[in-house]
Amino acid sequence: MGSSGLFSLVPLIVFLPVAGLLINMIFGGRLSEKTIGAIASAATGLAFVIAVLLGVALWTGSGETVVVPFADWIHIGDLNVAWNFRVDTLSVLMMLVVSGVGTLIHIYAIGYMHEDVRFKHDIPRYRRFFVFMNLFIAMMMILVSGDSYLMLFVGWEGVGLCSFLLIGFWYDMDTLGRPSFANSNAAKKAFITNRIGDFGFLIAGFTMFWWFKSLNFGDVFSMATTIPAGVILFITIFLLVGVAGKSAQIPLFVWLPDAMAGPTPVSALIHAATMVTAGVYLVARSAPLYTLAPQAQTTVALVGGITALFAATIAVGQYDIKKVLAYSTISQLGFMVAAVGMGAFVAGMFHLVTHAFFKALLFLSAGSVILGMERGHHHLAHQEGHGSPESADREHRQQELSDSGHLEEVFDPGDMRNMGGLRKQMPVTFWLYLIGALALAGIFPLAGFWSKDEILADAFQKFPAVYWLLTIAAFLTAFYMGRQVWMVFFGKPRHAVAEKAEESPKVITVPLMVLAALAILGGALNLPGIHTLTSWLEHTIAGVEAGEFNFLVAGLSTGLALLAIFLSWLLYERQPLAEGQKDPLKKLLGPVFTVFERKYWVDEFYWAVFVNRYVDIARFLANVIDGRFWHDFVHEKVIAGTYNWLSRTVLDLGVDRHFIDAIANGLGELTKRISTSLRRLQNGFVRSYALAVLLGVVVIVGYLLLK
Amino acid sequence: MNFITNPLILVTFFPLVGVLALLFIPADKKNVLRWTTLVASLLTFGLSIWMLTMFNKSNPDLQLGFSLPWIQVAGWNISFAMGVDGLSILLVLLTTFLTPIAILSTWTAVEERVKDFMIFFTLLEMGMLGVFLAQDLFLFYIFWEFTLVPMYFLIGIWGGPRRIYAAIKFFLYTMAGSILMLLAILWLGIYQGTFSVPELITKGGIPGNVQLWLFLAFAAAFAIKVPMWPLHSWLPDAHVEAPTAGSVILAGVLLKMGTYGFLRFNLPMFPEAALKAAPWMALLAVIGIIYGAAVSYAQKDIKKLVAYSSVSHLGFVMLGLFALNAQGIEGGILQMINHGLSTGALFLLVGMVYEQTHTREFSVYGGLWKIMPVYGAVMLIVSLSSMGLPGLNGFIGEFAILLGAFGSKAIGSPWFAGVAAAGVILAAVYILYMFQKIFLGPEGSIVEEVKKHGHALRDLNLREIVTVAPLLVLIFWIGLYPKPFFELIAPAVEKLLMAFPH
Amino acid sequence: MTQIIPLSWYLAVSMLLFSMGALGVLIRRNPLIIFMSIELMLNAANLAFVAFARSFGVPTGQIFVFFVMTVSAAEVAVGLALIIIIFRNKHSIDVDLMNSLKG
Repeated sequence: MGSSGLFSLVPLIVFLPVAGLLINMIFGGRLSEKTIGAIASAATGLAFVIAVLLGVALWTGSGETVVVPFADWIHIGDLNVAWNFRVDTLSVLMMLVVSGVGTLIHIYAIGYMHEDVRFKHDIPRYRRFFVFMNLFIAMMMILVSGDSYLMLFVGWEGVGLCSFLLIGFWYDMDTLGRPSFANSNAAKKAFITNRIGDFGFLIAGFTMFWWFKSLNFGDVFSMATTIPAGVILFITIFLLVGVAGKSAQIPLFVWLPDAMAGPTPVSALIHAATMVTAGVYLVARSAPLYTLAPQAQTTVALVGGITALFAATIAVGQYDIKKVLAYSTISQLGFMVAAVGMGAFVAGMFHLVTHAFFKALLFLSAGSVILGMERGHHHLAHQEGHGSPESADREHRQQELSDSGHLEEVFDPGDMRNMGGLRKQMPVTFWLYLIGALALAGIFPLAGFWSKDEILADAFQKFPAVYWLLTIAAFLTAFYMGRQVWMVFFGKPRHAVAEKAEESPKVITVPLMVLAALAILGGALNLPGIHTLTSWLEHTIAGVEAGEFNFLVAGLSTGLALLAIFLSWLLYERQPLAEGQKDPLKKLLGPVFTVFERKYWVDEFYWAVFVNRYVDIARFLANVIDGRFWHDFVHEKVIAGTYNWLSRTVLDLGVDRHFIDAIANGLGELTKRISTSLRRLQNGFVRSYALAVLLGVVVIVGYLLLK
Repeated sequence: MNFITNPLILVTFFPLVGVLALLFIPADKKNVLRWTTLVASLLTFGLSIWMLTMFNKSNPDLQLGFSLPWIQVAGWNISFAMGVDGLSILLVLLTTFLTPIAILSTWTAVEERVKDFMIFFTLLEMGMLGVFLAQDLFLFYIFWEFTLVPMYFLIGIWGGPRRIYAAIKFFLYTMAGSILMLLAILWLGIYQGTFSVPELITKGGIPGNVQLWLFLAFAAAFAIKVPMWPLHSWLPDAHVEAPTAGSVILAGVLLKMGTYGFLRFNLPMFPEAALKAAPWMALLAVIGIIYGAAVSYAQKDIKKLVAYSSVSHLGFVMLGLFALNAQGIEGGILQMINHGLSTGALFLLVGMVYEQTHTREFSVYGGLWKIMPVYGAVMLIVSLSSMGLPGLNGFIGEFAILLGAFGSKAIGSPWFAGVAAAGVILAAVYILYMFQKIFLGPEGSIVEEVKKHGHALRDLNLREIVTVAPLLVLIFWIGLYPKPFFELIAPAVEKLLMAFPH
Repeated sequence: MTQIIPLSWYLAVSMLLFSMGALGVLIRRNPLIIFMSIELMLNAANLAFVAFARSFGVPTGQIFVFFVMTVSAAEVAVGLALIIIIFRNKHSIDVDLMNSLKG
């Protein structure tokens, strides 16, 4: 098969996951858990194979963009959007990341969800998870492979939906398994925040259409130079709103930490490795537009830089193992957005790829830690239950209590304050986590080092302000990762559960090992001097140049990272945290730490300023304007009331009774009197009528005769 | 042309055959009545498909039509004229498509006076079809008013506790607007010498200021029917009190008579006035979009939420129509269909759970997805369609409308579309709120409440699945492959747009 | 030779019959009797018709008699049906009880 033949396979990257989800949806009821997981993983894996084939075809071919027409979609007047697939180096890179990391996470999820559904007592929900996951892969593939902004938007909203469904996967409880609306609130928040971003995207799309008369990438990019700069600026700024929504940048980042309510594989796949990077992809994809709008680039870079620093500070003050990673993700996304904003598209995409590896690794390992804690918790409860008849009775009573209310003391398996010393109980997970953490901290020679330094080097050259923001963020990154590793894996267990924690099975650890290998070796993608990724992407993104390796920058950032790790060691390992002890940093920083811990009260601020106000406005409109004004006042009082008043009071009483009635009644009275006397004739007896007739005839005949 | 075998005549009046059959069935044979009505409505649907096969989609003009002299007294030139074109064919199909579905939904919901119900329902179908097919203003007016009567009884007899109030309000509001329209129709008929719609359009020549008055008179009738903000006050009452099938038809078809009226009469007959009015209509539409979305979010009753969401959705349709460009109008027409499908489906689904729980208060619901997985999945799809998720029908319509309005010269400013696009966010807010409060979170008190009455909540049964399945098919079909639908609409819209400067 | 009965004789009989009928209608209460009386009156008229026709030598009167007979037959049928309905409702056929239009 020639390379052009390979390109025609591209629709399969969408339809294989769709096939997987349809099979699981229709026949899944009769299949075992293993089979369901295997089908879903195979569907994603095959999509990965297709992506590899596409990559090979591009590699061996000219590397130029290939558009594969697939189907007509919307055609109205001069609006013509077809579903075409765009195969170029950028989209194939994204496909590889999505399906590659996706496959590993699917495999991991076979093991993870097996236990998760049991801990949460809802085994039938296992199938639903894989259906949603495959749907996500399909939507993400549509996003990265679409040939127009509208197709990108289809995937964009589609992944938002999957994110909603998966964050709210345990929709009937909170993160600790208590019955609550918490998880579904988190899901809703994610969807709505994303929709705010989508609003920006839509406005950008409309503007684009009316100026370019097309939404296809090819048409838009080739015409971009002929369009007024102000329009391009407008478009790119509104696209940024979309980016901020999807990639959790300031001011729309608030949904991502809450999104951790989803099962851990979801956090890893959607909220770390793939979906959230869609914004970065969008900016990279729109490179021809952004390069024409320097102000937009500045804005994007600043948003990215500020987000990177802002989120890193919050991550320092978190106790939940996944929340730390969530804020870390926001921060790292800030790095990427800053990079693509500065025009360092390759550096941004490079970091996107390496981040997908090590952040997925971190999340999945964190999942493994949480499962280990859950197992410990389970054992503990079990042991107690079988200790003596008395304690069995107590457990029984507790069960009753937990059924009726939530009086049971709730154990949070994700709270780092409950952990400690886990490296002994979970050695494999520990090593994997360590690799991930070092890669994220940017320690040579792991993947994160290369990609982060490329961003920093570019920033140093192009945008010093952002460079400093990012450097401080990088320092904090190393610090909070150090803090996390010390708190979780070192020291002594701070909770009985942590002592009983257990290592995870192979189905969970093996995908992690693959990811760990990638996190170590990922830097090879774009080593200084070789620049594989740069030469790969320059087919798609015009004018990218290989950044120079800057020893000063690399040295400074490595030095800072090591310093940060040392500091965290000083604080968290030299004197390990004891049970119930306050965070040592809190003593040191005082109220500043509280600010970090409480996330700058951004949620509270949004809640007070936007959410509550909207609820108030909605209530006001519904109750006062629509209810009391339109309905009760205008309709009932003014319209119906006036009519009733007119008809009853004025017309009925006034005009009718006193005037018209007076005449009518007078006539009526007269008629009545006459008729009363006449009524006697009308007695209803036929006989009398007949007699009258007879008499009448006699009279008439008599008259005729006598005349 | 043989009058009796004309497809339009057959489609419109076939329901009368059903009524005739129903008259001969004893009132206590409920299932026979239901089946007869269902079969009659399915046959009507079949006839409309037959009509579709004869429809030439590349022809922008009225087709399959006829015009017979009808009342020719005192210089009045009233004819019995019917015809179908791209503007109306989808609405005709929507009507014949939704009616059997609505009838299926009454199977167990309506137990009293089944015969009367079915007769009224079938008569209603005839009236609606007549509205969409009539091409003579006088005939149109007769059908337009005719639809009020069966709907009045459907709400007033089989409705909720405040049904009489709602029915009278519905009747009077619509009637009040129609009076103005009647005056305008008489003016046109007398001064233009004909009541025939195509003739009036080609004749034109109405001076600008008169056009404006006529436009407003017609608009009064249609805006109440749509309903446009601020004339929407009757809608929530009517919806909340109407029986499920009535709500489905009310939201699905009756409201479309208003938007269709704008499209069929206001735009082509009074183009100058329409151009002048466009920004104002767009303003009202945008207020309706935002207002409807916000108000529906604050509702405590599920059906009321859906009712107010109609105000918002119909706002989109109006915005599209008055964009006066291909994207806006075609999107608007498609959105009429979409709204019929998705809001119709929402009302059906709400009715299905209401039948089991007898309450529509959000506060008692919650966590139903676990108990009713199929119901939850169907509701999810329908909700997403209603909030315009790409890949489902709602998106195509909304996107086209907003795109059209954004660049519309008639509206003149992208601000309208910009604000309306924010309505898309608000749509997500209230739809997700609804979905969450019913299906997500912990089990609501209603689950126990129903158990107390000796039966647990059950998932959808086969009949209910059959009822919603066709809607789901179309929701996906329009979302994924809208081309055949646009092909039907496009030529007629292009012809319509020729009246406007570009 | 047959002797021709003079016209006035016929008329006298007819008058007698009619008077009996009219009296019957006026004073009897049983609707069946009233019906018979009406029949008497009709037949009195018939007799007069036939007598006149014979005496003037034109057939019109005789033809008219057929009409009267047909109509009276129909009238009796309707009347009897009414009487049965009334009996069902009032369990009596006394005409004095039927003095209102309400059934």
